[in-house]
Amino acid sequence: MTTALTTSPDAPGAGHPVGDFAVRLSHVHKTFGRPGTAAPVLDDISLDVAPGEFVTLLGASGCGKSTLLNLVAGLDRPTSGTIEVPGGRPALMFQDHALFPWLTAGKNIELALRLAGVAKADRQTEAERLLELVRLTGSYKKRVHELSGGMRQRVALARSLAQGSQVLLMDEPFAALDAITRDVLHDEITRIWAERQLTVLFVTHNVREAVCLAQRVVLLSSRPGRIAREWHVDLPRPRRIESAGAANLSIEITEELRGEIRRHVQH
Amino acid sequence: MSSTETLPTAADDSAGVEAGLDALETVQAQRTPLTAVLRRSVLPPVLGVVLVLAVWQLSYTFELTTPDKLPSPADVWDSLTELWYAGTLFSIIWTSVWRGLSGFLLSVVIGTPIGLLVAQVKPVRAALGPVLSGLQSLPSVAWVPAAVIWLGINNSAMYAVILLGAVPSIANGLIAGVDQVPPLFLRAGQTLGATGIRGARHILLPAALPGYLAGLKQGWAFSWRSLMAAELIASSPDLGLGLGRYLENQREFTNMSGVLLGILLILTVGVAIDLLFFSPLERRVLRSRGLLVTTR
Repeated sequence: MTTALTTSPDAPGAGHPVGDFAVRLSHVHKTFGRPGTAAPVLDDISLDVAPGEFVTLLGASGCGKSTLLNLVAGLDRPTSGTIEVPGGRPALMFQDHALFPWLTAGKNIELALRLAGVAKADRQTEAERLLELVRLTGSYKKRVHELSGGMRQRVALARSLAQGSQVLLMDEPFAALDAITRDVLHDEITRIWAERQLTVLFVTHNVREAVCLAQRVVLLSSRPGRIAREWHVDLPRPRRIESAGAANLSIEITEELRGEIRRHVQH
Repeated sequence: MSSTETLPTAADDSAGVEAGLDALETVQAQRTPLTAVLRRSVLPPVLGVVLVLAVWQLSYTFELTTPDKLPSPADVWDSLTELWYAGTLFSIIWTSVWRGLSGFLLSVVIGTPIGLLVAQVKPVRAALGPVLSGLQSLPSVAWVPAAVIWLGINNSAMYAVILLGAVPSIANGLIAGVDQVPPLFLRAGQTLGATGIRGARHILLPAALPGYLAGLKQGWAFSWRSLMAAELIASSPDLGLGLGRYLENQREFTNMSGVLLGILLILTVGVAIDLLFFSPLERRVLRSRGLLVTTR
């Protein structure tokens, strides 16, 4: 089922033993409403994400990809099946930055640190270090409304990292940004993923984004959401969304995705 | 498949673009100059007051009605200086303001937990929600006779009327504030580990603050109105001379300039406390959240 493309070593996540996982979903089903009456949103999803792996979940509307992420985040429970996240509560980033407008950028990060149990004396230094990591040094005192869309998402990223989780879940975090800002943030997230050896589960409906970021692209079918196919992406980094390798794979995946969508016409 | 994606400076390039975007897209917070503030928000109301005074003076000059029914602005001014020289002006104002503010603070202490309880606990909401909304539309002057029978003509009756007027507004404000908290904030708080009490303290209450402040503001208006109604109706030497009583006394003396002075003082005190205290607080909170749009 998997297609290997060009061979090139991807730095993090490569050296982990088989069977070791950061996130494991086993036969996960999810139905909203009473079982038996409503159609399942997710149907028998089994997926392992290795520590340090970057996986993108790709699918059209109605494939339940956000539902899946909520389940992994612990915001909702599966109807049946199990979800294991050995490292504890994962961090979750939303499409909307979800920063708290009553706090400054720095204080947003400090609140996450506080809730994660970081001692008061260390919070400000740590918050400033995280802002530096997302290249927003000097924005500590900025209010949320004073930041641009891209800057807000970077603060939100810093806040997610402040939780101290090695697993980062991202729910279409760049979907509302313009193309240039999105490209820049793609570089940013891959840089931080590599630097911090994070495990990332990234949901998107944008094929080229999925290809540009991931080591592995998982395609979900719609209604019910099932894992349709997956691809290992071994393109060298840094990647460019418009490069030939990325474009070719994008075309292949898009065809598959269109096929999945077309299937729904006949019903 | 040819790999033509060796972009040697890709990382630097990206950082440069990022820094450029940040510089381009950052909104510079601008403070409006003082002269513009004066011209935009002080001048119009001053002109409005001058206009009212002019119409009043003209009505007097052209004798639209007899002077005992419509005294001139100067007559009212004389009543004011009279009170000033008698040394009672501030004691009259203070009697009412003290009562109004302490009653209001008591309403905050009682209304806040009620509001939280109704907003957060479903059965309580089902039971008390409609009652609170109903009470809010009941003019609190309707409580004066009941309060007098229950408590007698004394300060307790005054406070009871203030509470019955202000507590529903404050509670309803907080309920509206909690209801308007975007669910996304609650979900974000949940993923950060803010649940239960910590969620209420760090997420729910700060997020509900604008609605709560609006409720407080309205609560003050209701406190002040209720108190004036109570002071007008209930008369007893125990109560001391407040603004409402002063107004009623002037009616008994058929002293129209005194009556107009009473009305103007009640209006001024109510507006002044709002302008000096609640409006700046509300503006500060809204501005810090980027919710205050400065119109040009």
